[in-house]
Amino acid sequence: MIALLLRDLKLAFRAGGGFGLGLAFFLIVTVMVPFSVGPQSALLSTIAPGVLWLGALLACLLSLDRLLALDWEDGSLDLLATAPLPLEAVVTIKALAHWITTGLPLVLAAPVLGVLLNLPVAGFSWLVVSLLVGTPALSVIGTFGAALTVGLKRGGLLLSLLVLPLYVPTLIFGAEAARRGAVGMDTGTPMLMLAGITAATVALLPFASAAVLRVNLR
Amino acid sequence: MTLTVTDLSIARGGIPVLQGLGFDLRPGTALVVRGPNGIGKTTLLRTLAGLQPPLSGHITGAEDTIAYAGHSDGIKPTLTVTENLTFWASVFGTAEIRPALEAFELNDLATRHAGNLSAGQKRRLGLSRLLVTGRPIWVLDEPTVSLDVSAVAMFATAVRAHLSQGGCALIATHIDLGLDAAVLDVGPFRAKPRPVTDFDGDFL
Repeated sequence: MIALLLRDLKLAFRAGGGFGLGLAFFLIVTVMVPFSVGPQSALLSTIAPGVLWLGALLACLLSLDRLLALDWEDGSLDLLATAPLPLEAVVTIKALAHWITTGLPLVLAAPVLGVLLNLPVAGFSWLVVSLLVGTPALSVIGTFGAALTVGLKRGGLLLSLLVLPLYVPTLIFGAEAARRGAVGMDTGTPMLMLAGITAATVALLPFASAAVLRVNLR
Repeated sequence: MTLTVTDLSIARGGIPVLQGLGFDLRPGTALVVRGPNGIGKTTLLRTLAGLQPPLSGHITGAEDTIAYAGHSDGIKPTLTVTENLTFWASVFGTAEIRPALEAFELNDLATRHAGNLSAGQKRRLGLSRLLVTGRPIWVLDEPTVSLDVSAVAMFATAVRAHLSQGGCALIATHIDLGLDAAVLDVGPFRAKPRPVTDFDGDFL
């Protein structure tokens, strides 16, 4: 399992691996919001938590179609399915590798980009905490979507259509936790809901992903 | 470990392709699968490897014993030859990749990125993966595609060495490997084309 994680991380950092792609997308989206909204710092600080969460979510989506498709194309997925590793472990490791190369950099970059959107000082810590708790769910749900669409030509677009609705609960509670933190309100309820969503998806979805992958490999 | 197949029926895309197939594969023996294009050789090998369920029939002795090599080699172009092999070795829980590199004369290419290899060299790397799996039953689908004459000889030597160590091999190929192998012609087992009736149950 460690070997698979290390290989996926190595592939992400090598040429064409796509590391930093999501991060650059996140940066560009965040920079463009003030251009489109105009120089209204009060409005920007109101919408900052929501915009940052939406940007992080879309950046996460960007690298999902490569998650399993590349392994499918070169036959690695067939070989992994016949290896001693259970497919449930394979998809969990794949989701973890996706989170390390996409989710974690987004979490770390979010405070810097918060400055660009005039995020209130009180909101920085809650933004980081909510993203840290919420992004693993994005990776795990995304892996499920990737497993559903693996082997389809032009599956990337379908993947987005399938996965975005599934991201809604995470987005609602994540952005709400960050917003409440920014205006100094109690963040307990949305944070608990967000943590609950992440815990449930991490616990259950790998089994669903492995099951659809078995069907798709036939 | 003997692989036993009894009264096996398999389907591709919901259409039965082979039915009533049965054979034994004993340690130290090889079986060459022959048959015209589209008869279901690949489907048979994928079924044995556990990548798809059979329609009916029994396969015994296939659990965690099969090393499968299909049409694609499962090679990552941005990893080196050594990194590719080391990865598969650790997935299968074996440590030594040197014999595999030597068997397919990949030592000189060990530090090259797999993306820079020729088609035949990639194929040799894909086949050398079999040696690091440590599994007794090799199930190979057209293993000699894009190999030159000397590489085919390398492959035949590797298969012979594997058989002499008590392994066995099931090979779908159209060329003569010079192996002392029985031939399984799947042509007579062709299924009558009819749609599978309980598609939904099978799908789920």
